Amino acid sequence: MSVIRHTLLAPQPAPSGAARRWTGARICGHALMVLWAVAGLSMAWWLIDAWDIGFVERHLPRYLGGLATTLTLVSISIMVGALLSFPLAFMRMSSNRLLSGIAYGYVYFFRGTPLLAQLFLIYYGFGSLRAELEAVGLWWFFRDAWNCALFAFTLNTAAYQVEILRGAIESVKPGQWEGAAALGLNKLQTLGGIILPQAMIVALRPYGNEIILMIKGSAVVALITVFDLMAVTRRAFSSTFDFQTYIWAAIFYLAIVETLRIVWARLEKRLTRHLKR
Amino acid sequence: MQALSYLAFGDAGWGDEIATGLVVTASLAIATLPVGLAAGFLLALAKRSGEPTLQMAADVYTTIFRGLPELLTIFMVYFGLQIAIRQISLALGFEGGFEISAFIAGMIALAVVFSSYASEVFVSAFRAIPDGQHEAGYALGLNRWRTIRTIVAPQLVRIALPGLGNLWLILLKDTALISVIGLSDVMRQAGIAARVTKEAFVFFSIACLLYLLLAIASSIVFARIERAAKRAEAHP
Repeated sequence: MSVIRHTLLAPQPAPSGAARRWTGARICGHALMVLWAVAGLSMAWWLIDAWDIGFVERHLPRYLGGLATTLTLVSISIMVGALLSFPLAFMRMSSNRLLSGIAYGYVYFFRGTPLLAQLFLIYYGFGSLRAELEAVGLWWFFRDAWNCALFAFTLNTAAYQVEILRGAIESVKPGQWEGAAALGLNKLQTLGGIILPQAMIVALRPYGNEIILMIKGSAVVALITVFDLMAVTRRAFSSTFDFQTYIWAAIFYLAIVETLRIVWARLEKRLTRHLKR
Repeated sequence: MQALSYLAFGDAGWGDEIATGLVVTASLAIATLPVGLAAGFLLALAKRSGEPTLQMAADVYTTIFRGLPELLTIFMVYFGLQIAIRQISLALGFEGGFEISAFIAGMIALAVVFSSYASEVFVSAFRAIPDGQHEAGYALGLNRWRTIRTIVAPQLVRIALPGLGNLWLILLKDTALISVIGLSDVMRQAGIAARVTKEAFVFFSIACLLYLLLAIASSIVFARIERAAKRAEAHP
């Protein structure tokens, strides 16, 4: 008697997956999504219901002006801060105790205190030192709230960027320095041609986070009479007591931050494509 | 030396006002921490639950509250809650003004921001724990909750501590923003003293130094907690 079957089974359809059960997590998830959807829709309905072309015509130009102020402030301070962060990062990594101590103190102060306190220290604090500042000829700079904001933000972001840069440069293996030295490159050539290109890849993500943190942090300039997006919102709210002024500000801020996040993710994907296997 | 005379306690100086401000700042941060941690942990559980709708709900929360400026969140919570409570009390037939305390509004706003960042720290810490740890728990007959509590959580705490330490420092600095809605913290007391004495530089420097002091104190505490958490490691 043969154990071999001579007729094959007819092809069977794939078994249907087990029916998904309504677990606690699934019920909870659906309930929460419904809650978000209701919240979102009712907000949209409310904004449409309260839609008033007069309101938009009056406030939209102001909002856009505030947005431009926010973006200008952040981009200038990020760029100047980046320039400032290079010498500071090398001071911080230097073997000279005095230099690294100074840089460490600088970074510790600006990372350890609130941006609001730094801003007030510079704007109101330097304002109370008017006689001294006039004596050294710097009063014209610190008289203006915009300059004070720019100054405070630049120093603040420089401190954060020093740590980003230092972490990134130290993440490059010492063998890279040794290899370059063996090829006869000097320190500067090694840094520019070998170390920084590798370090910048590591630093890309922290830099993106720093820009986002600065955009969010820049809202505090509203408190020293710089008319950024937040200040415009506060002014609109105090004149109308209409909560939709805040909703519009939230939409603007979320739009900038999300755009930046998406652009940055694309950029990172593009710049690190040689690292993918 | 004159700066020191400003810090005298009692009617002559501002020492006692600033000291109470320091207590308010510290207690706001300490009161926010447990709420933020618990909410962040629940969010992290939702994000790794494997249930798409639950994950999406948690991601929407994180996207919104990590994208909004803290100051805006604070204003929205403060004014939004006030408007909402007034509407509700009007609907219920109550008349009269209602003020929400700046402390409570600040606590809610900061906890919301803290939890959205903390959830990401917890999620990456969860990722660092191999699946085998969960499976071993199930193999021993522990249910899901007990596995998390007795096997995963102790390791999770150790991995998440540095990240949570950073978030604590950020929280401490963010409390300065609550002064804007009228909480009498260090920042506000320093601002009042600066306005009265016209010595803004002195008082805002003092405020900065106090925040630095809080940061230094918390890093000492965190170093201790980290050492205590690492005690259980087989190879220190």
